[in-house]
Amino acid sequence: MRILVNGAWREIEGGQLAAALGELGYEDAAVATALNGEFVAVALRGHTRLADGDRLEVLAPMQGG
Amino acid sequence: MLQLYQASLESRLLLGSARYPSPAVLTHAVRAARAEVVTVSLRREGGGERTGQGFWSIIRELGVLVLPNTAGCHSVKEAVTTAHMAREVFGTTWIKLEVIGEDDTLQPDVFGLTEAARILCAEGFEVFPYTTEDLVVAERLLAAGCGVLMPWAAPIGSGRGLNNLFGLSALRAHFPGVPLIIDAGLGVPSHAAQALELGFDAVLVNTAIAQARDPVRMAAAFAQAVEAGLAGRIAGPIEARDFAVPSTPVVGTAFRG
Repeated sequence: MRILVNGAWREIEGGQLAAALGELGYEDAAVATALNGEFVAVALRGHTRLADGDRLEVLAPMQGG
Repeated sequence: MLQLYQASLESRLLLGSARYPSPAVLTHAVRAARAEVVTVSLRREGGGERTGQGFWSIIRELGVLVLPNTAGCHSVKEAVTTAHMAREVFGTTWIKLEVIGEDDTLQPDVFGLTEAARILCAEGFEVFPYTTEDLVVAERLLAAGCGVLMPWAAPIGSGRGLNNLFGLSALRAHFPGVPLIIDAGLGVPSHAAQALELGFDAVLVNTAIAQARDPVRMAAAFAQAVEAGLAGRIAGPIEARDFAVPSTPVVGTAFRG
């Protein structure tokens, strides 16, 4: 399936968000996720199914003012 | 002591963590500023990158309180979602709430800001809203549950200092018991001293320090400035006058009469 990850289309196998994050290289990373504009907590990643065309944001700590 | 929600702080200087020449300079600047609160943010990161993790390790090693922001958010929805994400990553209920309404000045969208503040305060966040000096907006933010206000001095990164002295003084006078932190627009240490002299509780500085020729020295200078400003405020400044008043006693002046 194709999903939009941080603004870029990516081909993934599908399934749960937790598995997709591993597939995309985020395993064990300190990141927060939002699916289609809605925050998805770490505890819910294993229960959140992805669908074709989903928009996924993966954010990490960064410098800020 | 400065009380920000449940935290009691010695320092009146909060530091932004962006735009430093290197992580090492940031670390030294935080120490030179004697800052106890450092602002951080969230940004997109690619799979396999660990830049964010490295930055987060540096901040944790500093042993400071982190104040995550919602910088770059232009809507209530974006700001609220970003706050949820920040709470999970940084493990804090503090959020520096920014809802930007105008791109040239980065002026807050105060309508979106008050709405986002209402939502987040109800969810248990301790909100630090980046706002203007507008008294009505301040009243709405406090009614929404904010326990701290962060009025701007001037547009972010402009270095212009306290643009609206009358408005900021009025804000201070209207809310004597509310912690007020001047956020954004300071350029030099004297601006910070002036803010503290006016009765503001603290200042948040980023660009003026990070982009100085010598950020560490500038951080130390800002630390001295906030201490001087606070001491001057406590010591009780004289009222400004329109005419001269001789400081040397006039009684017994030679050659008169």
